[in-house]
Amino acid sequence: MAMKKDDLVAELMLHQGMRRQQAIIFVEHFFEHISLRLERGESVKLSGFGKFDLRDKDSRPGRNPKTGELVPVSARRVVTFKPGRNLKGLIVGDKPFSQLSESQEIEDHS
Amino acid sequence: MTRSELIQACAYSCPELPYVQVEEAVKHLLSSIGQSIAAGQRVEVRGFGSFILHSHESRVGRNPRTGESVWLQKRHAPRFRAGKGLRERVNINYTQQSTDDFNDRMG
Repeated sequence: MAMKKDDLVAELMLHQGMRRQQAIIFVEHFFEHISLRLERGESVKLSGFGKFDLRDKDSRPGRNPKTGELVPVSARRVVTFKPGRNLKGLIVGDKPFSQLSESQEIEDHS
Repeated sequence: MTRSELIQACAYSCPELPYVQVEEAVKHLLSSIGQSIAAGQRVEVRGFGSFILHSHESRVGRNPRTGESVWLQKRHAPRFRAGKGLRERVNINYTQQSTDDFNDRMG
């Protein structure tokens, strides 16, 4: 099962003592503020977690994969994500985090 | 934008919450998302995007400088895919800007 917005709301209620309504609003604002900066063309660097960056792509010739027909792909801006050191540290080699014996916390390097 | 600026922005939007609590909550959200991705559990936020843990099979690679063969172990790396809403939003200003530039060049 994927972690959804509702699970993040539950996290805030459980660990931050927020009321449900408060936690819902908080999670909305959290993602809205990140999106807003990206929309304005700014990158967002969240220390420990990772960096959201924007890349500008030129238009290029593409193909409709179904018909093989040549179609132009318009110039566009895309969002990229580069994981930070602490997030990478949680993922060790060939074992996802859940299989590690000792649990690790995302540390704070601000 | 940095994490502390994100905390400030969230504090501004939720004036009823004490600043320290906003700070803790932002850190908690980031760490919950991180733990979930690392555990191989997908994180999906409607409109924003999704994070998955992508696996790279082990393979024999080459040191690009020396050309020497090296064994690369199987590894996992987080991937982010922007959601429809975010994809469209980052392009609103951008495509407008490219259109303006184009019109400027054309006089």
